[in-house]
Amino acid sequence: MEGEVLLQGNEAVVEGALAAGCRFYAGYPITPSTEIAEAMARRLPQLGGVFIQMEDEIASIAAVIGASLAGAKAMTATSGPGFSLMQENLGFACVAEVPCVVVDVMRGGPSTGLPTSPSQGDVMQARWGTHGDHPIIVLCASSVKECFYLTVRAFNLSEKYRTPVILLLDEVVGHMREKLRIPSPEEIEVVDRPRPTMPPEWYIPYEDTPSGVPPMAPFGEGYRYHVTGLIHDIRGFPTSRPDEIGPFFERLFRKISRNFADIHSSEAFQVEDAEVVVIAYGSVARSAKRAVIEARREGIRAGLLKLLTIWPFEKPAVERAASSARVLLVPEMNMGQISREVKRVNQGRAKVVTLNKMDSTLITPQEILEKIKEVLG
Amino acid sequence: MKEVTKLIHKYLRHDKKFPHVWCPGCGIGIVLGALIRAIDRLGLSKDEVVLVSGIGCSGRMPVYVDFNTLHTTHGRALAFATGIKLVKPNLKVIVVMGDGDALAIGGNHFIHAARRNVDLTAIIINNHIYGMTGGQFSPTTPYGMRATTSPYKNIEHAFRIAELAVTAGAVFVGRGTVYHARMLDSLIEKAIQKQGFGVVEVMSPCPVQYGRINRLGDAVQMMKWQKENAVPVERAKRLPPEELDGKFVIGVLVDRELPIYQEEYEKVIALAQGRGDGG
Repeated sequence: MEGEVLLQGNEAVVEGALAAGCRFYAGYPITPSTEIAEAMARRLPQLGGVFIQMEDEIASIAAVIGASLAGAKAMTATSGPGFSLMQENLGFACVAEVPCVVVDVMRGGPSTGLPTSPSQGDVMQARWGTHGDHPIIVLCASSVKECFYLTVRAFNLSEKYRTPVILLLDEVVGHMREKLRIPSPEEIEVVDRPRPTMPPEWYIPYEDTPSGVPPMAPFGEGYRYHVTGLIHDIRGFPTSRPDEIGPFFERLFRKISRNFADIHSSEAFQVEDAEVVVIAYGSVARSAKRAVIEARREGIRAGLLKLLTIWPFEKPAVERAASSARVLLVPEMNMGQISREVKRVNQGRAKVVTLNKMDSTLITPQEILEKIKEVLG
Repeated sequence: MKEVTKLIHKYLRHDKKFPHVWCPGCGIGIVLGALIRAIDRLGLSKDEVVLVSGIGCSGRMPVYVDFNTLHTTHGRALAFATGIKLVKPNLKVIVVMGDGDALAIGGNHFIHAARRNVDLTAIIINNHIYGMTGGQFSPTTPYGMRATTSPYKNIEHAFRIAELAVTAGAVFVGRGTVYHARMLDSLIEKAIQKQGFGVVEVMSPCPVQYGRINRLGDAVQMMKWQKENAVPVERAKRLPPEELDGKFVIGVLVDRELPIYQEEYEKVIALAQGRGDGG
């Protein structure tokens, strides 16, 4: 697909994935992400790719990891309840360092919750949902255009760092339609996983490298090796030796933490002279932008910092805002998940104010504008 | 060097830290031997074999052998294998699981894999117990037997794995034992050759966790029990049902032809690309 189209956020995710080279999708129907599966079922066979509907979300992410080990770029999409089921194998992908993309279109939770209502309740689950300490990359889209480009980016980061990448949408972003110009393939940067260049007998599958990301051989191409969810030595074999376990975790974290600058992404709007900076993500960032424009019209110096990378947390941009603004306002459709991070980074520099809403509706520009006036007044 | 030793040296990983994890008297090593013999007889290259496992004693099998090997999460091996096979249909993807792995936590994946008919081979080692965690009852522990979580008696009824696989739609289903080693070689060989989802259930002794608590004797006595209670499928057909009480059928339970998933999916691709009528 190319040129200007009217697309749903969920459909833009599909086009972004295909543009990034995704050729395998396994999923299970769940509102409000189902359109991603439906569009993949239509589009992937056209390109000779594989779509499969699995028996549940556990199997879906398992099949995705298998497909990635076989050499395909692979993804799945789900919403809260299904995202909970995926946490087990998400941890497997972290530990075995298997690139894959998981889209979570957030709906009201916990449990079955509010299937057709927007929410931002999964921000912490995306960070900490699987057990054990681990690094993870999480992006968040607020428009149809971002759905496309952040899906491409999710694949690129996933391949580059051999890690699962989670893309968060919320129900509003997933379902709304906007005009999107789909770029031609040559306009899109596509990153592929590092592959071994040495002969198979020299290949050490989990050997440390300067980047911390070992080259990844697909199954069936002569590089026979072992992949396991157990903590393993550099050859991939399970180990219980502290002198092998320690370096394994050190590298797993280092390959992400050394590259925060590459992974971080955010957009600043009129923050330079802002007295109050709204820090927002997802559909709330849209309301926040309108509120900032309205506030400026009324002579209030407001700005917006829109987070595109949620994890690792955008510390530098938030620090800059904390140093220049008097107030940081964090509106969220949860009871305060990113605001905790903002407070941690802020370290008392600015005043951090939260605006939390969990009544199944969006946070409106008026609500944010009123809060801006209240905190400055 | 004896033939059997040569084979072991050909397929075991030489850079892997041995010893293996299995207890003395465990049947899993015999299953691994049968698998190696079947692969060798079929003349498969090491590069084209993918051995996938779940969690438990059986889950440790892939690490010892020189194939593309994947030790997944508990119960999920078939779902991982499905992804591999659909991306690389030329690979022989063999999945080894235990009874708890395949039938309890992985039960749903198992029946759907059988229904879906992706070309995979599932070897389920049935030792009637959770061995690695220390002897808890599993979905195949017979009624009335003891385990650490059924210290008085097991009040649940066991799945019969092979019969369940037949009902769920597997195109090839066999049951063997580690006592009937030659038959086991042949069952595994046939299941790998079969186009579609093939299942081999292997009755295997766990003298340490299951035998001891139920006073079934040592490994040799448990294998004698297999010999005495296994009924070949041809003979079972002629016996009245009451004579099969407490016994189990061995051999090929089903061998039927159904289109495999990959062939059907190729038709979907043709339809999506506007080629052919999908028939």
